[in-house]
Amino acid sequence: MILAGIEPRAEFVHWWFATGFLVLGLALYAEVVVGPEVWARRPWRRYLWPGMCFLMGVLMWPVMAFYTNSMIHMVAHGSWAQVLMLAGAAELGLVRGKLHSPYWRLLTAAGLAVSGTALLVHEQNGWFFERAAFLHHTLGWLVIGAASFPLLQAFRPRSIVAASGFATTFVVMAVLLYCDRDLAPVFGHLSTFAGVPHR
Amino acid sequence: MSADYAHGLQAPRAEETTRQTARVRAVLAIGPLTVAAGIAWAVVQPWRLTLLHPHGQGVWWLIAEPQLYVVAVGLLFRFVVARGLVEDLERDEE
Repeated sequence: MILAGIEPRAEFVHWWFATGFLVLGLALYAEVVVGPEVWARRPWRRYLWPGMCFLMGVLMWPVMAFYTNSMIHMVAHGSWAQVLMLAGAAELGLVRGKLHSPYWRLLTAAGLAVSGTALLVHEQNGWFFERAAFLHHTLGWLVIGAASFPLLQAFRPRSIVAASGFATTFVVMAVLLYCDRDLAPVFGHLSTFAGVPHR
Repeated sequence: MSADYAHGLQAPRAEETTRQTARVRAVLAIGPLTVAAGIAWAVVQPWRLTLLHPHGQGVWWLIAEPQLYVVAVGLLFRFVVARGLVEDLERDEE
């Protein structure tokens, strides 16, 4: 509460995560276009996706600490941080050559499934309560559905459909997160209990 | 070597080059398209760009400029990622 005056609004944090997701989405698209062999020719490119995934997991901890409105928020953000770090670590292990089985990519699928569930669970309001609620529901189901892409990649690592779908997921997530406002109507709907839209 | 056979040998290479050129073009297009999307968003919703009306705004509102973030990502991709990627693609073509 002491930090309430200086900590950024939740929408700003969403926009920063959106920017990270956009970088990832574009990089993953480029990897689909050029193929994994050309993409892996420079080491830093190989580490981009796993490193960003791990970093986003790390950055979820301050989100958990500073944006804990309720117990369910804390559990959702905390579990989200853990699975993102776990998925990122597994991908880093694969890139580094410490891990070999493609089934380690199942952790990315699990990471997305848990992330989607966390999004849905910590949104206590209905779809049309306000824009943030709508986006949490949309993002939650999107991310749960997107878990099918790394699941497919675990069994068919060279699948173009899975790789394209995975890249598209991050770009769509970025667009949805950029749409977020702390308090704004969605498709003309705004609950009278939501408060006054600020912008 | 017959002319037909030689032509048959060259055809896939030309096809491959065309496809790889398309790949280069696609990689080079990603950044500018992203920049264009950010600019289009700023034009459609200028009130979201706090820098255009900075008076009385707090520091977070001045830092949080989502349209500029999109433009920055496009530029970053074009000059940091795409440049090296195209070099590697062209080396792959040779």
